[in-house]
Amino acid sequence: MKKSARRAEQDTPTGTTADEEVWELRLYVAGQTPKSVAAFANLKKLCEEHLPGRYKIEVVDLIQQPQLAAGDQIVAIPTLIRKLPPPLRRIVGDLRNRERTLVGLQLRSATMATEQGGISA
Amino acid sequence: MKKANSRSVMPRSLPKVPSGIQGLDEITGGGLPRGRPTLVCGSAGSGKTLMAMEFLVRGAVLHDEPGVFMAFEETAEELTQNVRSLGFDLDDLTSRKKLVVDFVRVERHEIEESGDYDLEGLFVRLGHAIDRVGAKRVVLDTIETLFSGLSNAAILRAELRRLFRWLKDEGVTAIITGERGEGALTRHGLEEYVSDCVILLDHRVTNQVSTRRLRIVKYRGTSHGTNEYPFLIDEDGISVLPITSLGLQHEVSDERISTGIPRLDAMLGGAGYFRGSSVLVAGTAGTGKTSVAAHFADAACRRGERCLYFTFEESPDQVIRNMRSIGLNLEPWVKKGLLRFHAVRSTLHGLEMHLAIFHKLVQEFQPQVVILDPISSLIRAGTSEDANAMVTRLIDFLKARRITALLSNLTSGDKALEKSEVDISSLVDTWLLLRDIELGGERNRAMYILKSRGMAHSNQVREFLLTDRGIELADMYLGPEGVLTGSMRQAQEAREKAAALVRKQEAEGRLRERARKQEALEARITAIRKEFAAEEEEANRLAAQEQAKEQVLSVDRDAMARSRQSDVHEAPRPRGNLSGRT
Repeated sequence: MKKSARRAEQDTPTGTTADEEVWELRLYVAGQTPKSVAAFANLKKLCEEHLPGRYKIEVVDLIQQPQLAAGDQIVAIPTLIRKLPPPLRRIVGDLRNRERTLVGLQLRSATMATEQGGISA
Repeated sequence: MKKANSRSVMPRSLPKVPSGIQGLDEITGGGLPRGRPTLVCGSAGSGKTLMAMEFLVRGAVLHDEPGVFMAFEETAEELTQNVRSLGFDLDDLTSRKKLVVDFVRVERHEIEESGDYDLEGLFVRLGHAIDRVGAKRVVLDTIETLFSGLSNAAILRAELRRLFRWLKDEGVTAIITGERGEGALTRHGLEEYVSDCVILLDHRVTNQVSTRRLRIVKYRGTSHGTNEYPFLIDEDGISVLPITSLGLQHEVSDERISTGIPRLDAMLGGAGYFRGSSVLVAGTAGTGKTSVAAHFADAACRRGERCLYFTFEESPDQVIRNMRSIGLNLEPWVKKGLLRFHAVRSTLHGLEMHLAIFHKLVQEFQPQVVILDPISSLIRAGTSEDANAMVTRLIDFLKARRITALLSNLTSGDKALEKSEVDISSLVDTWLLLRDIELGGERNRAMYILKSRGMAHSNQVREFLLTDRGIELADMYLGPEGVLTGSMRQAQEAREKAAALVRKQEAEGRLRERARKQEALEARITAIRKEFAAEEEEANRLAAQEQAKEQVLSVDRDAMARSRQSDVHEAPRPRGNLSGRT
C-alpha cells in the first residue's frame, strides 16, 4: 500500500516547479527540547542537500507564541509545515527518518527514493 | 440549596463541581469531581458531546466558571449550530470571554510522521485557551480521534497519560469523551487514564422505542447512585431523572381536597381525596373515567391550583369538547394557565422517556394535581413489568412532592375488574371502580369505592349518571331481580312516587274520618249531658216538692196537737226532731 502511495507522489510535478520556486517551510517547536533541536538540524541538512539556496525556514516557538498553534492546527511537536509551494504539507516528528521526511515534503524523485530509502534504512 | 444539602450529607467526600445538568448532580451527590477529569463514554449519538457542552455552558452561565471546549470531531461553527437548538448561544459566550471553542483537526492523510514527537502542541493550545478566559472547566471531545490521526500509539498513550496528569495539575475540572468500544468502555482504553469518575451513556432501542440512559460506572471517593437513569435531550438540554433513588419517606397530609363531584366527596367521608394521595379510577371502556378525571381537574383549578393533564388517547381539544357536553368548561383554566394538557401517544417514546417527560414537566409546571389518562395505554410502550415499575416510580415521585395524582386505567372486559391491568392496585390510596350494568336492554354505569386508605368511605354502589350538569351519583334500587339502574330505576322511582301519593291520600282520608267521628261523638256527649241535666233538674224539683209537703204536714200535726192540748207544759220541739219522730 505504501508503495502505491509513493508512486502516486512521483507523478506529481513537484520536481519541475521545485526548480523555480522558493520553498517556505515553517517548523513549530516548543522550547529548546532535544527533539526540536534535532528536527531543526535534520531539516537544515535535508534542505541544503535538496533545495540549496531555494528555501526559507521559519521556526515558531509555541512557548513564546502559543496563539499561533491553532492557526496551523498544531497538535504534535515538532511539526514541519510546507507553506509553499502548495499544497500545504505537514510532517510531525524530529525528521530523523529522511525518507519519510522527503516523502512528506514531496521532494523525492524516483531515483532518489530508492537511493535514499536504502541509505536511511 | 440542594448542593448544600448533599454536601452536608457527605462531608468527607471529594470536593465537587455542580455540573448544572438537571438531575446529574443529584445522582452524583453534588456534581463532578473538582479539578479532576471525568470520562463520559457512550456509543455514537448517545449524547456525549451535548452533555460535555452543557457542562461548559452551565458552568459559564450559572457558576461563573469559564470553559474551554476542544473539539476533535466538529468545527466550532458546526458545534455552535448543533447546540443552538438547545438554547446555547456559543457565539455570545465566546464574545463575553466565557468560552473558547478550539477545533483540533488531525487528518491522517495530511500528516507524515518522521521520527519522535510529542503532543506539546496540544498542551500549548489548551494552556493558551485556558489562560485566555481563565477557564475552570475543560472538555476534550473526542480525544480518541488522535488515535486515528497519528499512528504511534505508544507516544499517544504516554502523552495522554501526561495530559490528564497535566489537567489535574492545572486544577481544571474536565470532561473527556470517549467512544464506546467492544467489550470495553472506550475504544482505546481511556478509562485506564481517567479513573476518578466514569459516566456511561447508552442509547438503547427496545421494541422499536429508544431510550437514553446514564449510569455512573465509577466515582472514586464518593457514594453515588449506581442504577441506570433515563435522561432526556430536549430544547432545554439534558435532564437526568434520579427517580429510581426515591424511597418511601414522603410526608403525608391530612388535608382533603374535593373530587369535583359532591356526591363522591360525600362517599369519601364527606371531604374527598387526601392531598398528595394517588387515586386510581378503573373501569371498562366508556364508563366515564375521563369525566371523573376532568371533574377533578376542574375542581383543582377552581381552588386556584395548577393541574397537569397527561392524555394518551385524546387530544386536548377533544377532551375539552367532550367535557363541555357534560357541562364542564375546561378552556378558561387552560387560558388562565392553571390547566396544562400534555397529549402524547404512549407509543411515541419508551417508558423511560415518558417518565423523563413527566418529571421534567412536573418540575417545570409545579402542579398540585396530576392526571394521567389512561395509564393502561403506557403498557403499549413497554412490557407489563416495565410499566408497573414506571408507574411505581411515578407515584413515588409525585407523592414525594405532595402532588395528588389521578390515574385512570382501562380494564378490558374479559378480565376481573378488581385486577388492574397495570398491577398497581397496591400502590394507590383510593381506588374507584366504574362498571357498566346491563339490565333491561340498557347499559348503565355504576360506581363504587373499592378502597380508600385512611378514611371512612361508603360501601354502596351508586349509579353513575353523566348529565349536562356534570356527573351525578344516584342511589341504586334493589328490586326483586337485583339492582335497578337507568330507566328501570326511573320506573321504580315513578312507581314509588305513585304509591306514596296513594298512601298520602289514604292517610288524609283517615284523618278526616276521625275528625268527623270525634265531632259526632262530642255531639252525643253533649246530648247526654243535657239529658242528664234535665233529669237532675226534675229530681231536684221533686225533692223540693216532697219537703214542702212534709212541712205542711208537720204544721198541720202541731196545729192538731195544740188543739188537743196534749203536752201543755212541754216546750215546742225543733223541726228536725219533729220530722224525725214521724
